[in-house]
Amino acid sequence: MTFIEACGLTKTYTPRGAEPVHALDGLDLVVPQGTVTALLGPNGAGKTTTVKVLTTLIRPDSGTATIDGINVIEHPEQIRPIIGVSGQYAAVDENLTGFENLDMVGRLYHLGAKQSRARATELIKLFDLTEAQNRPVKGFSGGMRRRIDLAGALVTRPRVLFLDEPTTGLDPRSRLGMWDIITTLVGEGTTVLLTTQYLEEADQLADSISVIDDGKVIAKGTSDELKASIGGQRVELSLVSADDSATALEIMTQFGSSEPIVTADGRGLTVNAEDAPEALQRILAEFGSRGIRLFDAGMRRPTLDDVFLRLTGHMASDEDGASVSSSAKIEDRAGKK
Amino acid sequence: MTSTLEAPERAETTAPETSALMNWLNDGWITTRRNLIKIKRVPDILVFTTLQPIMFVLLFTYVYAGVINIPGSTYTEFIMAGIFAQTVVFGSTYSGSAMAQDLKDGIIDRFRTLPMSPSAVLIGRTNGDLLINATSMIVMMTTGFIVGWRVRSSLLEGLAAVGLLLLFAYALSWVMAFLGMSVRSPEVINNASFLILFPLTFISNAFVPSDTLPGPLRVIAEFNPVSALVLGARQLFGNVPAQAPPETVWTLQNPILTVLIGVAIMLAIFVPLSIRKFEKISTR
Repeated sequence: MTFIEACGLTKTYTPRGAEPVHALDGLDLVVPQGTVTALLGPNGAGKTTTVKVLTTLIRPDSGTATIDGINVIEHPEQIRPIIGVSGQYAAVDENLTGFENLDMVGRLYHLGAKQSRARATELIKLFDLTEAQNRPVKGFSGGMRRRIDLAGALVTRPRVLFLDEPTTGLDPRSRLGMWDIITTLVGEGTTVLLTTQYLEEADQLADSISVIDDGKVIAKGTSDELKASIGGQRVELSLVSADDSATALEIMTQFGSSEPIVTADGRGLTVNAEDAPEALQRILAEFGSRGIRLFDAGMRRPTLDDVFLRLTGHMASDEDGASVSSSAKIEDRAGKK
Repeated sequence: MTSTLEAPERAETTAPETSALMNWLNDGWITTRRNLIKIKRVPDILVFTTLQPIMFVLLFTYVYAGVINIPGSTYTEFIMAGIFAQTVVFGSTYSGSAMAQDLKDGIIDRFRTLPMSPSAVLIGRTNGDLLINATSMIVMMTTGFIVGWRVRSSLLEGLAAVGLLLLFAYALSWVMAFLGMSVRSPEVINNASFLILFPLTFISNAFVPSDTLPGPLRVIAEFNPVSALVLGARQLFGNVPAQAPPETVWTLQNPILTVLIGVAIMLAIFVPLSIRKFEKISTR
């Protein structure tokens, strides 16, 4: 049964003195009851805007959204009692202690004073914050803030939980801890919509994944379906000299299962492979017999960048210089065809 | 982690009409309590609201009392209503910077996704200012008594003067809260309110009789709402100098009524405007 449904959502922002930004550009989304759906996409794809529309924080310019059959845009006051929200930027009061934050949220959900305190104590214990419960949140670590924020979303029994990039900016240990917590929630049958920039996170936590870019969904499916669509593992090589680029490309085309990608400087090459270890061995043997010298060689799993390259022809992250140059190269190659 | 979601369902109270009012009162109290805890935890607010008024009372009384001659009264008696007004006007600006800060921190987003009354955060915020200002008033009046200030009217009128000052500042808090949500930067709000409110409180009858000011400043001072507030409080405290010249503009001839009208206008415009604004804002 469909629990969350969004249809043709659009939202355009016009920053002062700049071009309008289409944060949402006809986004459609369906989340069945009791499942976990991940919105996967890079920064600025429209993930947070989608969550804000569904959690009554902003009104879309057009489109419709319902949760459990209730119109989100027309009846936000009926939506708020049934949702729990935990954001990317932990929305906690710095000057209140962990306990006071949760108690305040409980009282604003209109729990009685006694009930609210009991629930706050219970959540503090569950989220392993007993030691810090009476300290102002100001002194909390990033991971502890997120836990308090997530606990705040669970004060009453939300029928649906929105998690906006729950692990962005956390260290690896806190990230694993957060995954444990979310996995437990999921096991209890809560409907969850989570956004993430990490394919691995969507893979770990979600039943189905919607990949979004430029404000619309560009692909959806289970994580296995998405991975299958972008091929298996990658073989990645780095040459000592760009002079060997052409020969190397020829060899990799022969043993790989996709057309190889070459970085702008001609020294980095990547190719898909069904059986990556075997392909790597064969490529290395061929390189050896032809006398091509290697700087580095290895295998890796598909990343969000690969999904994006495949689906959009551009990379997910703009910050990474190497990614940009290789994506530029792709466009060059596509242009030559 | 086995019973995370076995939360209590929301307590369903009695008839919906009664519970709507109860919920509204509850939400206002909970957000007010949040601001009280903040006052307790952030000592600079307490310092600002208690030590600074004491400093002002002492500085003005002892530095200027010798040079500024108030015919028919003393400078200490004259100045006190001015210092009260200036302090509560500045005290009302916390709502502006606090709303901007809450917006920046993202906690407004949390509040807006809760099934609480949309006016509650603003009510809690302006109540917080009111309590800060009430504290300042007690501190200033105590200091004033020590340095020789006296209420020359009745106790009732004295209390009415305090009420007038606090009411004006409370209404101004709603204006500031609206500006804080519009400007979205606590620093800008703090600097701008200093740049606007400092001249506004000085170019008035708060610290010197307005008839001593040079031409254009005198005109500004006479129409300045702070002048009406100061004169209204001064009248109620019975601190108007016996030989003060008669006022020439209507607002100063009827200062208490002017303040009450001003308060009504500020509240009528900025309470609904702020609540509507709150229902639309989000962090990013």
